[in-house]
Amino acid sequence: MTITNYDERIIKVNQPVPGAPNNWRRFFGFNTDAKVIGIQYIVTALIFLLLGGLLGMLIRGELITPPSDLFDPTVYNGLYTMHGTVMLFLFLFPILSGLTNLLVPPMIGAPDMAFPKLNALAFWLVPVFSIVLLTSFFVPGGPASSGWWSYPPVSIQNPLGHFLNGQMLWIVAIGLSGVSSIMGAINFVTTIITMRAPGMGFFKMPIFIWTVLAAQILQLLGLPALTGGAIMLFFDLNFGTSFFNPETGGDPVLFQHFFWFYSHPAVYVMVLPVFGIFSELFPTYSRKPLFGYKFVAVASFGITILSLVVWVHHMFYTGTPMWMRNLFMFTTMLIAVPTGVKVFAWIATLWGGNLRLNTPMLFCLGGLFNFIFGGITGVMLATVPIDIHVGNTYFVVAHFHYIIFNTIAFGIFAGIYHWFPKFTGRMFYEGLGKVHFTLTFIGATLNWLPLHWAGLLGMPRRVASYDPEFAIWNVIASIGAFMLGVASIPFILNMVSSWSRGKKSPPNPWDAIGLEWLLPSPPPHENFEDDIPTVLNEPYNYGLNKPFVVDEEFYISKALNDS
Amino acid sequence: MNLKDNINPKISLIIGISFAVFIDLVLSKLMASWSYSWLPVQASKAAPYVDNLFAFETGIGTFIFLGCSGVIGWVLLFNRAPKYDESYGEPFEGNVKLEIVWTLVPLFLVIAIAIYSTKVNTTLQNLGEKTKYDSQKELPTYLDNNEASAGTFIDVISRQWSWEFKYPEGFSSSELHLPINEKVYFRLISKDVIHGFYIPAFRLKQDIIPGSIISYSLTPTRKGIYRLRDSMFSGAYFSQNQTNVIVESKDAYQEWINKTVKKVPVDGLNQAGFLYKKRLEKGDKGWATISPSPSPQVNDPGNPDSAHEG
Repeated sequence: MTITNYDERIIKVNQPVPGAPNNWRRFFGFNTDAKVIGIQYIVTALIFLLLGGLLGMLIRGELITPPSDLFDPTVYNGLYTMHGTVMLFLFLFPILSGLTNLLVPPMIGAPDMAFPKLNALAFWLVPVFSIVLLTSFFVPGGPASSGWWSYPPVSIQNPLGHFLNGQMLWIVAIGLSGVSSIMGAINFVTTIITMRAPGMGFFKMPIFIWTVLAAQILQLLGLPALTGGAIMLFFDLNFGTSFFNPETGGDPVLFQHFFWFYSHPAVYVMVLPVFGIFSELFPTYSRKPLFGYKFVAVASFGITILSLVVWVHHMFYTGTPMWMRNLFMFTTMLIAVPTGVKVFAWIATLWGGNLRLNTPMLFCLGGLFNFIFGGITGVMLATVPIDIHVGNTYFVVAHFHYIIFNTIAFGIFAGIYHWFPKFTGRMFYEGLGKVHFTLTFIGATLNWLPLHWAGLLGMPRRVASYDPEFAIWNVIASIGAFMLGVASIPFILNMVSSWSRGKKSPPNPWDAIGLEWLLPSPPPHENFEDDIPTVLNEPYNYGLNKPFVVDEEFYISKALNDS
Repeated sequence: MNLKDNINPKISLIIGISFAVFIDLVLSKLMASWSYSWLPVQASKAAPYVDNLFAFETGIGTFIFLGCSGVIGWVLLFNRAPKYDESYGEPFEGNVKLEIVWTLVPLFLVIAIAIYSTKVNTTLQNLGEKTKYDSQKELPTYLDNNEASAGTFIDVISRQWSWEFKYPEGFSSSELHLPINEKVYFRLISKDVIHGFYIPAFRLKQDIIPGSIISYSLTPTRKGIYRLRDSMFSGAYFSQNQTNVIVESKDAYQEWINKTVKKVPVDGLNQAGFLYKKRLEKGDKGWATISPSPSPQVNDPGNPDSAHEG
């Protein structure tokens, strides 16, 4: 039982860091254990979710009435820019890196990530660029306020003319975030390719691993474009170069290409792991095999490839020639095909199942329901004539929140609840979880469903004030947003109290199939240590009587004894 | 023996599914017809094309959404595990035929939508040429092409944060007056940052890129007053950067031209300038912004408070 298919020296060096504390203090230092790093990422990101949510509620506070009466419009612009930036770069990317860190090594039977120190470095860049970004609230002139796209020339106008300005700090933070993400991507891809348990061929990997691989390859291909664009923007802003400045011969539309070449795939970087979470949880809580495992797995790479050739759909009304608009409309719509394969597979997985509606399953079902809706409005937005009307209106804002919150954040909550017992060794309180789900689902629906109609009627996004005919949709949306704020209370209560005094969790509380569930809760430092299991079959063989690994009973009893 | 036992379960399944599909089709059709009411009034030649396409996609989307969520709802009602029951569901692993069906059906659907919208794009053709232009220089005059003699030509000049419309008769206006049922040609120009030329009632939007002149055309088809909004974020007073479009009969339009051309230029509509002045009076609080460009000198400053539809 000591066969490994990778060089053991990779992980036996300096592992764990000599002298690293083994108590709560380990979460506050440079620790190279992927499970510690995972929790560091998740907790940091959740704190920023609260900050981003607070900024969101301030925005909704301003928009509850038509005139710009709560803040000066300059302040509103800074708030919505920072809301988007915090949510994407300080909440979503880090929390997904956190889940990936927690799950990849145990799921593939590896002791840790391929490059533990690089992993820790990637995490510690998060507080660094977060502080850089948040410092911009306190520099003269305020933070960046040109939206999270930072389109020039608005973003390079620099009203006060200081070298140290909010926009400059924003670019530095985004650049560092990109560096951190590239470090993470190199680590995840290498780990998945080289460190899988014996017998775990690509078509025996859990779907979560497939989706992480597809997403992280996308990071490696796309991030250089954004980082390059950000550096050029930095030079235009601070040194007067003219990459994008039309007054000196630059082309502002060029930046949009650099930006969207990464930032559209970035959505798939975020949504793919969530598809992975759906694919893990639906079989577990339906007590059935995943319908069409191979199709679902391969569809992930269909999405990766297509998502690299759709970015111009953000530029249908910037003067893009007709042939190019038609081409990118078609590639964008094609994404519906692999995505549809996944959605239909999940629904078929539910069909005829024996459903257990606990908190993680509820978040999954809610996420799937919202995703179907968001996917349909996505195809509408891909349609050039419709996009020309609703592009840059609240219809887009509503659509992408349906994806990014109502799907991705729902999936993340599902994942947090599902694997909470595994990595903390404690059960969470189901009742509080259900309250959290109910408030989140109602709040999110109230917040973003009505805004589709505001957009269809022509309310532009990013406005600090609007014509009174849009008021009704905005009042409902603001009520929903405040409800989402309330929803965080049961969640925080649940997490804190369950981790400190929850019931002890058995190794496999959900009766799930997967290598991580063969480990004690919480898993030991190097997961399976020297007893790495040999994988026999595809995952998700619920009810089929096909063991996932050789000598399953041995691991089950070992995990029970070690817990 | 009752009647129920005589019915073949396969037949009852087919009847059940056909009934569900029928209901779904009816509801999707209703939703598609209802979708027209979610949009502003149709005031341009493009609007009906866009709305029909939107209704078509609303119909397809509703069918898929109700189909999927109907199945999810069914499962939630009838496949819930009783408490403490951890037994397995039916362990089917997949079905290649079904997989092929649900790969090909969406593929054909998106191809159909793409062909339909490509046709609409070809019909509309609102976007013309995009040529480089140095915004510091005077606007080039129209070249003597054949088009120049027929139709109305208007230069749209966008600034942080005001609109100015220059008419070939040599005057400017803060509001966009257009004759009904006549193709109007625009040159879209920005003096500073990217703005968006967006008239929801026309279903048309075009970004205005500094450093370029973008040719654009459209045909208004309904009399009335509509909003023109800046749709691309353009800085501090972005949301104030809106004005009215007035579509009127050919006679009324001509009368307006004759009247306006004689007027003396005054400060044009500049809501941002007004708000910025108020901000300075209150001690310049808030985060930094560049100051709004001075009000354009126009012959007709318009009336921003007149009621607009859409």
